[in-house]
Amino acid sequence: MKPFAPIAVVVAAFAAVPLFAHSNVVLNFLVVTLMIALAGAGWNILGGYGGQYSFGHAAFFGTGAYVTAILQVRYGVNAWLGFAAGVAAGAAVGAVIGGLAFRAGLRSSYFALVTLAFAEVLRILASVAPITGAGVGILIKLDLRAEAFQFRSRAVFYLVILALVAVALVLTRLLERSRFGAWLIAVRENEDAAMAVGVDATAVKLGAIVLSAAVTAAAGCFYAQYFLFIDAGIAYGTWISIEALLTPIIGGVGSIFGALLGALVVKSLGEAVKLVTGDAPGLDLMVYGAVLILVIRFAPRGLVGALADAHGYLLRRFVAASKSTAEAARG
Amino acid sequence: MAEPLLVVERVSRRFGGLLAVNGASLSAPAARITALIGPNGAGKTTLFAIISGFLQPSAGRVRYGGQDVTGKQPHLLARRGVARTFQIVQPFAGLTVRDNIAVGAYLRYRARTDALAAADAVGEEVGLGELLDRPAYALTVAAQKRLELARALATEPKLLLLDEVLAGLNPSEIRDIVPVIRTFCARGIAIVMIEHVMQAVMSLAEHVFVLAEGRIIAEGSPAVVANDAAVIEAYLGHGSPAKIRSVHAG
Repeated sequence: MKPFAPIAVVVAAFAAVPLFAHSNVVLNFLVVTLMIALAGAGWNILGGYGGQYSFGHAAFFGTGAYVTAILQVRYGVNAWLGFAAGVAAGAAVGAVIGGLAFRAGLRSSYFALVTLAFAEVLRILASVAPITGAGVGILIKLDLRAEAFQFRSRAVFYLVILALVAVALVLTRLLERSRFGAWLIAVRENEDAAMAVGVDATAVKLGAIVLSAAVTAAAGCFYAQYFLFIDAGIAYGTWISIEALLTPIIGGVGSIFGALLGALVVKSLGEAVKLVTGDAPGLDLMVYGAVLILVIRFAPRGLVGALADAHGYLLRRFVAASKSTAEAARG
Repeated sequence: MAEPLLVVERVSRRFGGLLAVNGASLSAPAARITALIGPNGAGKTTLFAIISGFLQPSAGRVRYGGQDVTGKQPHLLARRGVARTFQIVQPFAGLTVRDNIAVGAYLRYRARTDALAAADAVGEEVGLGELLDRPAYALTVAAQKRLELARALATEPKLLLLDEVLAGLNPSEIRDIVPVIRTFCARGIAIVMIEHVMQAVMSLAEHVFVLAEGRIIAEGSPAVVANDAAVIEAYLGHGSPAKIRSVHAG
């Protein structure tokens, strides 16, 4: 159980929040933050561990959201089933995009551009197709029952998204300690060297994008249930592609808590900016951009990496200091 | 007599107008060290890339373990027991030495603890025991070369292709690593080495193939090859064998 202890501690701390904070504003903020953290945790599997930087995770988020909403609204499917179907559909879209991009041997910026293009195509399709409600979007009927995946209390929604984040964290930890994870990291570090020691790079990347897409799609499904309304600009919008990659990069690419920490920082900053400037559109994006530049310049391993470095530095200082005091005491 | 483990039959590889490898044939038996030498640009690394599946030959066949494996992908060949090192070291830079080697070991061990234990054992064997927790990027060139060896060895190969593992090492480092290579061979692994360090070739290899301008121009024991007129000409230029003879005679 030891490898999972940090996750248990963090999740327990988050779970205690509703005991103290009853304000809907605080809970709403935390729900949205955790939802972004979930989307980012998905991105982190492919981008952080696999080194394949996707610029189009909206494709998975949006597919999850739309499938959940459409199944409920148009086909009367139970919301929980809709949720599962949304995750599966997101994973399937991941398999298609990954299958095309990785088989074609697309790497780095080419891969990023192709994912962006897929997300945009889906956004445009969703904004005209009748089944998605085209420009009007889809409204999920208010039905505050647990069977319908809707809850009167924000605290319950909060615990649900926290549970989803916890699952994503555990999944990431399992990935880190598995053969598949080792192969994925090897592909990130050096694809040729990985192939030379028997790693099927294409298959590994494909597996990663499917897993990554499923996790981000879960965030999309949750969005639909929480806000009960989606349209093409929300579900497949660039905003979610950006936030899904921004949070792990700022928090720490390829680290378990990167997306969670990044989401907390990014969302707090976003709220702070809103508080100071009112609701000027796009200003939060400018702040995100500035933070991203600072992080890449000064903490390329993200905040988690910077914290680890600081911890190591302080530890060394402490050891050195206690050594010199000991020597001084002896002398 | 059974077919050698590796048989390369009249392999050619064209890059646009350049015929990098031109109908080259060679073979390498198990538990022997075979050397592939030749001047710079002769096509040695290209030939390795073809054998290990990184490049498709334009013509010719590669047989391994009695089967035609021409054009098989690198990871499939690795699973069958073909391992290679890279002339320019290709570590997983951000990972520790242990994790680097473990990636190779995962090919044979599914469980993390088994793979890490195998990585430790291989690391010790090639003399990286002290450095297992170091990040690969922090290693010296000599240690990175050893890491290349260790990672390839961790896949438990039957055929090991070593592309200039001794280049860039000083004489004492070479002295340290040569016995390690010999132990692989003693274990039954077929080794093919591209090498410019002639002393090492002479002391290690039992059979030498000489590649020049994409063609195999000579083969035989190290002593035979070193005195071959065509080989001396390839290295030192046209007419040099005659000059050398006249110097010796005079």
